[in-house]
Amino acid sequence: MNATEVLSPFIAPLLGGLTLGAAAIWLLLSLGRIAGISGILWGVVQGPDRGWRIFFVIGLLIGGLIIHAVLGIPVPGQSNTPLALVALSGLLVGLGTRIGGGCTSGHGVCGIGRLSVRSLVATGTFMSTGALTVFVIRHLIGGAI
Amino acid sequence: MKSWPALLSGLLFGMGLSLAGMTDPAKVQGFLDITGAWLPDLAFVMGGALLITLTLTPIILRRGAPLLASQFNIPTLQSIDRRLISGSAIFGVGWGLSGYCPGPALVSVIYGYNTTLVFGMAMIAGMFGATLFNPKPRS
Repeated sequence: MNATEVLSPFIAPLLGGLTLGAAAIWLLLSLGRIAGISGILWGVVQGPDRGWRIFFVIGLLIGGLIIHAVLGIPVPGQSNTPLALVALSGLLVGLGTRIGGGCTSGHGVCGIGRLSVRSLVATGTFMSTGALTVFVIRHLIGGAI
Repeated sequence: MKSWPALLSGLLFGMGLSLAGMTDPAKVQGFLDITGAWLPDLAFVMGGALLITLTLTPIILRRGAPLLASQFNIPTLQSIDRRLISGSAIFGVGWGLSGYCPGPALVSVIYGYNTTLVFGMAMIAGMFGATLFNPKPRS
């Protein structure tokens, strides 16, 4: 295997990461805001100051469309978790991100990006419980769900 | 006019997430599966994103104000408290269960799968549920 073959699976994740980093930086530079998706979504639902957040979410959806419909990158499959557990998962994600003040984007990308200790601790915590959960469902229960 | 900069940021963010493969829950769970068939994709995504935010955030914050708004609006809390830890722990369990976190879940709504629609509605319900745990305002 040559270097290109080794590296090619990681080019899309790396380019994607650089792009969403640039998105977060642009929002900070232009409007002085943090690109935390859970907070932005809650702002759209609950207000106040819905305006820019609605435009951000519209952009998010169009961005996905551009990648798949215009650039032709295949649409990924859906989660193979049973629907009832997907509902539970959504509930926990909504609940946890509001109580913990952020998600992968707000804490993981923006918060660590400005060297926030809070965000570093939050990211370490959700990565750990996420890994633990996958360990339980894949290796303890053994894919029974 | 705050709409176009937010639209542009959302557009780039959505492109980044779907290009990176983060809207594929199998890849996300694969990254979290550290004792199994570990997939490193998410590490490259986080690495790429942090390369940008870690380098440029301090330079931007040295400015007195953003380009198109009167002031920076960034979190001021610094305490490592019970809400931060318990909320993040709960979020991680939900994330591991399905492989969806808020950004990729929102983008995935355009795929029209039952799972992403159910996830999105449940996530908003969970956000409303969190208001029951809001700290009491200090008088």
